[in-house]
Amino acid sequence: MLEVTKSGGPFRFSDENQDEVKAIIAKYPEGRQRSAVMPLLYLAQRQNEGWVSREAIEHIAELLSVPKIQVIEVATFYTMYNLKPIGRHHVQLCGTTPCWLRGSDEVMRACTDMGLEKGKSTEDGLFHLTEVECLGACCNAPMVQINDDFYEDLTYESTKAILEALKRGETPKPGPQKDRQFSAPEGGPTVLRDMMSADAAKE
Amino acid sequence: MLKDQDRIFTNIYGFQSWGIDAAMKRGDWDGTKDILAKGQDWIIDQMKESGLRGRGGAGFPTGVKWSFMPKESKDGRPSYLVINADESEPGTCKDREIMRHDPQKLVEGALIAGYAMRAKAAYIYVRGEFYLEAERLNAAVAQAYEKGFLGKNACGSGYDFDVYVHRGAGAYICGEETALIESLEGKKGQPRLKPPFPANVGVFGCPTTVNNVESIAVAPTILRRGASWFAGLGRPNNTGTKIFCISGHVNTPCNVEEEMGIPLRELIEKHAGGVRGGWDNLLAVIPGGSSVPLLPKSICDDVLMDFDSLKEVKSGLGTAAVIVMDKTTDIVKAIARLSYFYKHESCGQCTPCREGTGWMWRVMERLAVGQAEKEEIDMLLDVTKQVEGHTICALGDAAAWPIQGLIRHFRPEIERRIDVYHGRQIEAAE
Repeated sequence: MLEVTKSGGPFRFSDENQDEVKAIIAKYPEGRQRSAVMPLLYLAQRQNEGWVSREAIEHIAELLSVPKIQVIEVATFYTMYNLKPIGRHHVQLCGTTPCWLRGSDEVMRACTDMGLEKGKSTEDGLFHLTEVECLGACCNAPMVQINDDFYEDLTYESTKAILEALKRGETPKPGPQKDRQFSAPEGGPTVLRDMMSADAAKE
Repeated sequence: MLKDQDRIFTNIYGFQSWGIDAAMKRGDWDGTKDILAKGQDWIIDQMKESGLRGRGGAGFPTGVKWSFMPKESKDGRPSYLVINADESEPGTCKDREIMRHDPQKLVEGALIAGYAMRAKAAYIYVRGEFYLEAERLNAAVAQAYEKGFLGKNACGSGYDFDVYVHRGAGAYICGEETALIESLEGKKGQPRLKPPFPANVGVFGCPTTVNNVESIAVAPTILRRGASWFAGLGRPNNTGTKIFCISGHVNTPCNVEEEMGIPLRELIEKHAGGVRGGWDNLLAVIPGGSSVPLLPKSICDDVLMDFDSLKEVKSGLGTAAVIVMDKTTDIVKAIARLSYFYKHESCGQCTPCREGTGWMWRVMERLAVGQAEKEEIDMLLDVTKQVEGHTICALGDAAAWPIQGLIRHFRPEIERRIDVYHGRQIEAAE
């Protein structure tokens, strides 16, 4: 069973998040505020260093006037809610077939060589490694998501370089780690070449 | 090959700005008011005539789907459009490109589709991991509001329409339309029994249509250029253009918009730089996302990429995510990894799927190393058939099909591994 950890202190949304809370609830029809459970859990997680505490869950339940169990159900059903403290950089490594075919095992090897262990946070609290299922960037496989960013077209070396850069406190450039434009073929697109020019941008 | 002027997603690679002004220069929001002025029936008829079939995998005719929505509300319930951007089918990465590089096509499509089905608002359900894509989409929606294209009197049409972005939180099952609706209501993503169908009772108990991002995003261009233009591309019953996601063992994996019905080999060789090591080094292709059965090279040689052609060879177009595997591939392991995926993503509601996906995965892991008896191959096949069609949603089917495809085309390879494994056991005993 998944456990929901207590943080030991009360939870409330920060002053800067109060408007966001209102905007989220306003998206849904009156009487349907339960729809805000997921976005509020996520907001709480972002505010709380990447994890959702028992107290946050209870606060959201109260805020939306829904039974606590309904919020717990949601928090434990979806994989993106972290129910206990987590390393600062959450490395989510895709190991599903399209990434595996292109070398996700090598990406995993780079992670383990850097001291990351599947399902665990590093002792310095810097990294947490999770093997996840398809993240929807298959034409740029293999890839990892680190917090909000996708790092794509990885190799053993580039994965290591990214983790080392994060360790040094730098922000490595997300996206393809090869010379290519998003999901266009490496070496340049086979179609729509007119769109590449600066003229097309001005038109 | 499709001509550039017939491509809908002209900014799929993000060479130009995603912003609304650049999008309008590319043709988005051109004469939207006039399109709306032609009325709901006209729009739905045009969509039917275009032959567009749903781009999310099932291939149901989009115009027909829209026509299921009530023409008037007899009990005061509003209608909703829900757009499925929970792109999670392994191999599929096209909607992401639409959302981050060409989002106005989706936003404009939301208004037109929403208007055609008399919806009050659209909710776009974006998979949670696409955080930046959802932010981009939020910004694109805000730009459309600023221009007066959404909100009260959208586009000067006299019609009020809102668009909201809602993010998921990591669950493949939410790509199933009724699970998505549950999730949108703030619940666990567990599919609903049908009937009632969403067009009667969908989100918030109201009539709802759920469409894939690509289906909605192509609608404005179809209506501007004419149903006959779209219907003139591809083959009858398999019309138009499609974004193909080519991944795996090709020299240059990519997304590309092509004409429906393009030969698989041409698709791979023209756009993805060919199979690694050449065409003869091809082992198999999964042509439509992880759920559809794989095809061995002999079929790939001349199969066409559309709904009916792939159905004829017992596979499917699905999301048109083409996963290529060359001869270095451990094909049993490749499919076993997919079995793990379905086990991981089963919502746990129906017993055949909850128990079956785990059972099938464990057998697949043993087959990958040959640690099995040959009778187990047929036993596994039998179990896939007990799961298939016996669950509320299609996840059970999706878990069964890749295994069925593997056994259909690679049984000798599975048997060979069993022989090798047992041979090793005998050697070890001696």
